[in-house]
Amino acid sequence: MLDTRFSVETPEGVDLSLAVAGPAPRALAWVIDSFLRLIGYGVVATLLAVLGTAGEGLFLIVLFLGEWFYPVLFEVKGRGATPGKRALGLIVLHDDGTPVGWSAALIRNLLRFADFLPLAYGFGLASMLIDRRFRRLGDLAAGTLVVHREPMQVSLAQLRPVAALAPPVLLQPEEQRAVVDFARRRSSWTDDRAAELANAAAPLTGARGGLGAARLEAMAAWLLGSR
Amino acid sequence: MNRALFLDQRQEEWLRFERMVAELESKGRSEDAFELPSLYRRVCQDLALVRSRSYGADLESRLHPLVLRGHQLLYRGHPLSWERVVDFLAVGFPRLVREETRLVLLCSALFLLPMVGVVLALSFDGDLIYSLLKPEQVMEYEAMYADEGTFGRESDSDVLMFGFYIYNNIGIALRTFATGIFFGIGAIFTLVFNGLFLGAVGGHLVASGYGGTFLPFVVGHGAFELTGIVLAGVAGTRLGLSLITPGNRSRIGSLAVQSRRLVPMIWGIILLLLLAAFVEAFWSSSGAPAPVRYGVGAALWIAVISYFVFGGRRR
Repeated sequence: MLDTRFSVETPEGVDLSLAVAGPAPRALAWVIDSFLRLIGYGVVATLLAVLGTAGEGLFLIVLFLGEWFYPVLFEVKGRGATPGKRALGLIVLHDDGTPVGWSAALIRNLLRFADFLPLAYGFGLASMLIDRRFRRLGDLAAGTLVVHREPMQVSLAQLRPVAALAPPVLLQPEEQRAVVDFARRRSSWTDDRAAELANAAAPLTGARGGLGAARLEAMAAWLLGSR
Repeated sequence: MNRALFLDQRQEEWLRFERMVAELESKGRSEDAFELPSLYRRVCQDLALVRSRSYGADLESRLHPLVLRGHQLLYRGHPLSWERVVDFLAVGFPRLVREETRLVLLCSALFLLPMVGVVLALSFDGDLIYSLLKPEQVMEYEAMYADEGTFGRESDSDVLMFGFYIYNNIGIALRTFATGIFFGIGAIFTLVFNGLFLGAVGGHLVASGYGGTFLPFVVGHGAFELTGIVLAGVAGTRLGLSLITPGNRSRIGSLAVQSRRLVPMIWGIILLLLLAAFVEAFWSSSGAPAPVRYGVGAALWIAVISYFVFGGRRR
C-alpha cells in the first residue's frame, strides 16, 4: 500500500500524500460512465425522435459531445470527477495536487483514443503498469494523476483495546503508518503469524515473538493518541 | 503543549474550516470565504505540527483531508473569460500556427501531394479508381453529385448533415491529433490516407464529368475543412516530435510541455471544423448558382489564409 503513495509539497510547506488509483477502480469507473452515457443517449434519442431527420442530426451532435467532451466537462465542473469516478471515490488532479483545469482535462481525454488502441485500453494499461504513478498516455501528456479522494481513515476505534506504549524513538511517518497498519490488521492473523511479522520490528520493540507483537499493538495505540 | 491541550485549542477552528470548505464545495460561496486562506494556512501549520511532534496518525488522518480539500479550493486555475476567448481568436491561435510554419508546410505536402498525385493519375487512367475505392463506394459518390436536384434537399436533412459532419469530421481531426502521440505515425498516416481518399473521390468525379456539381459544392467549406485537417496533422506531428526530439527535457516532460502548448490549436481546429460543417450543411448544398459559390469559396479561402498570415501581428 505504501508504494502507491505519492507526496506533493504545497506552497505552505506541508506534504500532501496522495494515493494514486490503479487500473481496476479506474476501469470500473469507466464502465459506470459508459453505462450512464448509454442511458443518456437512449433518453436523448427518444426525445429527438419526434423531430425526425433533423433530430437524427442533433443526436449525432449529442453523440459527438458525449464521446469526446463528457469526461472533460465533468472533470472540470464536477470537481475532478465524472459520475463514475465519483462513485469509485476517484478524483483527477494536476500532478502538483491542484484541481484539473480545461487544458489538462482536454488533453487527457483526447488522448484517451490513443490509450484505447490497439483495443480495450491496451496502450493505456501498458503505460499504467510501467509508470510508478499509474499514468496512462493521456495523463503523461496532460500532467495529471487519478487519485483516491479520501485517503484511508485511521482511528483508535479500529484497533483492539490495549494499553498505550510510547515508542522508544521518534518514528518517521512511513514507520508510524507501518506500525498502525500492523495493529489494524492484527485481528485477521493468527497469533503465530503476528509474532512472525512482529519479529521484523524486533529492534524497535526489543522483544521477539508474542511479546513483540503485543508491544507493536500498544505502540500503535499510542500513535493514534491513546495515553 | 501536549496532544490534549493542542486538540482543545485547535479543534474548534478545524470544525469551522470544515464547514466553510463543505459550503464552498457545494454552493461555491460562503459568507466568510475571505477567511479561507488564513484558516487554511493555520490548518496546514497544525498538520505540520501533528507530524513533527507525532501527535498521532488519527489526527493526521483527520487534518490531511481538510488540507487537501482546502488546497483544491485555493489553488484553482483561471476560469474561462471572454477576454481569453477573444485574445485566443485574435492573437493566440494564428500566432501558434505561424510558430509551426515548417510543420504546416510539411503536413500540407503530406496531405496535398498524394491528393494531386491521385487526381493526375485518374486523369490518365480513370479505371484506377477501382483499385482505390470499392465499386459500391464509387456508385454512391456518383449518385451524390449526379444532378443539381440532389442539393434541393429539405432543411431537415441539412441539420442531419450538419450533425454528421460534426460527429465524423471533428472526430477524425481529434483522432489525428491523439494518434500523433505514437511518434507522429498516426497523424501522418491520417493525412496521407485522407489526401489519397479525397483525391480519389474528387479526381474520379471530375474526370467522369461530375465536376460541375462537385467543385462548386466543395470549394466553400474546403477552406475551413482542409485547413482544419492539416492543422490536426500539425498538432499530432508536434506531439510525436516532442517525444522524438525532446531537447534538454525528459521525453515525458517535453510531451507534457508541448501538449499544453497545443491546447489553443486544438480548440482552433474544432472551431474551424465547426465552421466547415456549418458551411457544408447550410451553404454548399444550397441552390446558389455556381459562379456565386465559386466567389464565396474564393473569399473564404482568402479570409482563412490571411487570418493565419496576418492575424495577431503587432502593428
